[in-house]
Amino acid sequence: MRVRIPFSLSALAAGLLSAGYASASDPVELTMYYPVSVGGALTDVIDQLVNEFESEHPDIAVEAIYAGNYDDTRVRAMSAIEAGDTPQLSVLFSIDLYELIEQNAIVAFDDIIETDEEREWLDSFYPGLMENGQLDGKTYGIPFQRSTIVLFWNKDAFAAAGLDPETPPENWQEMAEMAATVREVSGGDQWGVMVPSTGYPYWMFQAFAFQNGHRLMSEDGTEVYFDDPAAIEALEYWVSLTAEHNAMPDGTIEWGTLRQNFIEQSTAMMWHTTGNLTAVRNEADFEFGVAMLPMNTQRGSPTGGGNFYIFDDTSEEEQRAAMTFIRWMTDPERAAAWSIKTGYMGVSPAAYETDALQSYVEEFAPAAVARDQLEHGTAELSTYQGGRVRRALDNAVQAALTGQLSPEEALTQAQREAEGVLRRYAR
Amino acid sequence: MTLTAHRKMQLYGTLLLLPAAILLTTFAYLPTITTVINSLFLPGFRGAPAEFVGVENYQVLFDDPTFWKVARNNLIYALGTIPTSIALALVMALFVNGKLRGRGFVRMAYFTPTILPMIAAANIWMFFYAPQIGLFNKLLGALGLSGINWLGDPSVALGSVIVMSVWKEAGFFMIFYLAALQGIPPELKEASDLEGTSRWSFFWRVTFPLLMPTTLFVLINALINAVRVVDHLFILTKGGPNNATNLLLYYVYENAFSFFDRTMAATITVVILLVLAVVATLKFTILDRRTHYQ
Amino acid sequence: MSLNTAHSPARNAAPYTPRSRYFAVPSLETIAAWLLALIWIFPLLYALWAAFHPPAYMVRFELFAPLTLDNFATAWAQAPFARYYLNTFALVTGVVFAQFVVCTLAAFAFARFPIPGKNVLFMLVLIQLFVFPEVLIVENYRIASELGLINTITGIGLPYVASAFGIFLLRQTFKTIPRELEDAARIEGCNWLEILWRVYVPLAKPTYLAYGLVSISHHWNNFLWPLVVTNSVESRPLTVGLGIFSAPETGVNWATVSAATLLSIAPLLIAFLLFQRQFVQSFLRAGIR
Repeated sequence: MRVRIPFSLSALAAGLLSAGYASASDPVELTMYYPVSVGGALTDVIDQLVNEFESEHPDIAVEAIYAGNYDDTRVRAMSAIEAGDTPQLSVLFSIDLYELIEQNAIVAFDDIIETDEEREWLDSFYPGLMENGQLDGKTYGIPFQRSTIVLFWNKDAFAAAGLDPETPPENWQEMAEMAATVREVSGGDQWGVMVPSTGYPYWMFQAFAFQNGHRLMSEDGTEVYFDDPAAIEALEYWVSLTAEHNAMPDGTIEWGTLRQNFIEQSTAMMWHTTGNLTAVRNEADFEFGVAMLPMNTQRGSPTGGGNFYIFDDTSEEEQRAAMTFIRWMTDPERAAAWSIKTGYMGVSPAAYETDALQSYVEEFAPAAVARDQLEHGTAELSTYQGGRVRRALDNAVQAALTGQLSPEEALTQAQREAEGVLRRYAR
Repeated sequence: MTLTAHRKMQLYGTLLLLPAAILLTTFAYLPTITTVINSLFLPGFRGAPAEFVGVENYQVLFDDPTFWKVARNNLIYALGTIPTSIALALVMALFVNGKLRGRGFVRMAYFTPTILPMIAAANIWMFFYAPQIGLFNKLLGALGLSGINWLGDPSVALGSVIVMSVWKEAGFFMIFYLAALQGIPPELKEASDLEGTSRWSFFWRVTFPLLMPTTLFVLINALINAVRVVDHLFILTKGGPNNATNLLLYYVYENAFSFFDRTMAATITVVILLVLAVVATLKFTILDRRTHYQ
Repeated sequence: MSLNTAHSPARNAAPYTPRSRYFAVPSLETIAAWLLALIWIFPLLYALWAAFHPPAYMVRFELFAPLTLDNFATAWAQAPFARYYLNTFALVTGVVFAQFVVCTLAAFAFARFPIPGKNVLFMLVLIQLFVFPEVLIVENYRIASELGLINTITGIGLPYVASAFGIFLLRQTFKTIPRELEDAARIEGCNWLEILWRVYVPLAKPTYLAYGLVSISHHWNNFLWPLVVTNSVESRPLTVGLGIFSAPETGVNWATVSAATLLSIAPLLIAFLLFQRQFVQSFLRAGIR
């Protein structure tokens, strides 16, 4: 049964009613917030999956609420909790872990699982994707809509600039040189590379820092290391792409319009989420390739994207039902189909061993890049007071890129700000 | 004991007021008071009860350079949008008040932005401002000039936001000037023509002073809008880069809903309320004394 | 449309362009006025261009680029615009109706009843002209949450129902209505509410129209408070839907966003173009009192 009480009734009344009518024969109703910008192929894919699930499990009804991007969805889910209309499960930003724990909003999967089989399932994901979902030895987030940063390059543009169209840059040095070459040969018509610096600047910066062998935060989310020399060097390199190599435009680069820039060929390379893969494939009318990000001392990219969480303040029956749903959704076959349709990663090694994903990778090699890069992955920046800490780093990155502060000044300032915010959490 | 007729009237009137009074109390007075109270407390850490801290939150706020930056931005935003849109509104009104071919179209063109949602306007302007592929830089490129990163360069971004706001607002203010212009007796103009006064000096000596009440009225509205309307930031810049375009109300939103820091949000809200109190005083003293209600 | 039609022909003799009677060549002023008008309308024309052409022509201008409706189809299919329309429509009608009722009663009380401390109370009401719901967003959100109004259309509208602006406008209008009409109705045996309904409300029709149009435009376009108070498609109005549609996780498709933008503004824009005069005069009447 998918009939829901109309939302125009107050949430309170809805809560009372649904509680009043709950009986053994009715299906368990699950509400799930989901970070999609209400639209696009994604909603269709998820609706389809949900329908399929419901026909296989008539005793469970799932309602997906599409609430916008990750930030919007977090706000919406938290607001629903505050209003006493707690969802049973949600896909939220993997880095929301600390905020959710601090608000006592979620439960650990370890506390819900009952059988060895379920324990096995919990261990079946890529460890790199689990990092953001674990704290103090417990697992709170199950990877689902997960991505990582990859390098997209325009093969036609490379050829036009006299570069080998099949060889993406291997390291920082090469990327800067190749980008500068494109810029020079095109007579200033085309930029060499664009790394977005709005939206999620801290995420991109994490990639640079990790490629320089540096991790920006502690395991327990109480400390950050923004002003380390390795971090400063990483930001200096990012700034130098504009300042020294004249290969990237001045000022910040807009996250939302960058794909359009790449499609319009106004840049030969871009760093962006794997979540863009399918869209670029559909829209580009030139040859393009996808590669791992270039390295300095090591390869690296943070993971990103959304995890499944199960919420506290829900009945045991609902939590079990939510478990059933999440297990169903992350099943290798389904994870494979999901990855093919969206470009997001298959979340378990088993997913990449399915026939479907194997033949897809064969036909469309870029699809495997994210998986291969996972070996060099690091957790996305996630701490207590994450909103403020990330904003401090975002501001530092933007200040450096726009020439307001030197990388060192900017990161020192961000470190000071973050330390102030995290003061109370030191263990 | 029976009620006198006067008492009855009083009771009846109070009853009529009741629905409005309840709603205003719930959504205006009560939240104002609780906002002020919240700004004086610090919520407990990890389950501890809230603690009264007096003005400490204000000290923290005033020590926060970001707050000053945002406040400064808001001031610049106000200074950038208000005089420009008022001046443009006046010019527009003078244009369409005159004898002008296609006056209907011109007036419609000026006024149309007013009825668009700010979000929609921002969407459209986003395409103008996008570097490399946006329209403005395409035009500059065609002229052989290098492009500007309209929203990504902190020294330009706030200006870009201001330009869009002026575009959105000027037409709205225009209609008030237009109405006022049409209320000016034509005899004044005829007399001055006879005296051979130039249009320029007629404008400054007669028209402009007569329009003063309208200007004040428009000014108050513009001041309120400079505080209240931050919708476009959600699309254009999200307050970036590095807070270069952040405005007070958007900063409140960020604190409350991105950082989950309701206390800081309340403290900034009190500052906004104080600003609005100044505007209100301005209106109730200067404006209401000078305008005569029709 | 013309604000001028109300005036005598003498008034129409364009007091500020006396020189125009000497020659017919467009003056500098005319050219400037037209230039400004073109600049002002250009963004909208650009949105039209973008929405009706394939994405590839977003930044390439060719006069004979193929026209298409695909962008609208995509936008319509990608987001539940039909539901957003319904929500916005329900919101706007609900708010305007509730405002009419609540503000009429309060304005009537202020205009005709001897309430103790009336002037102070009226000043208190006027404060709401400055302290509007979106400034108190955090506390209003908490209150809405406690009342169970989060994610409801009622929740979006309710804080705006007791509108100081509406009360003020209607009170001004009611005060101009001669007492004799009221007395006549009373002689016929009308009680207070009947007097209000039969005498005051009909005579204040232009004020209701003016206030209604202003209120409709305001709530059709309102964004910040609806953004905060809604969680899902069931209650989300057009502006919030558009805002979310335009800021997706991976990147925007300009053509589709343009189409979506036009979809959300179309009803109000068309209404405006058809009833320009009423709109402008409403804004005027509501603004200048």
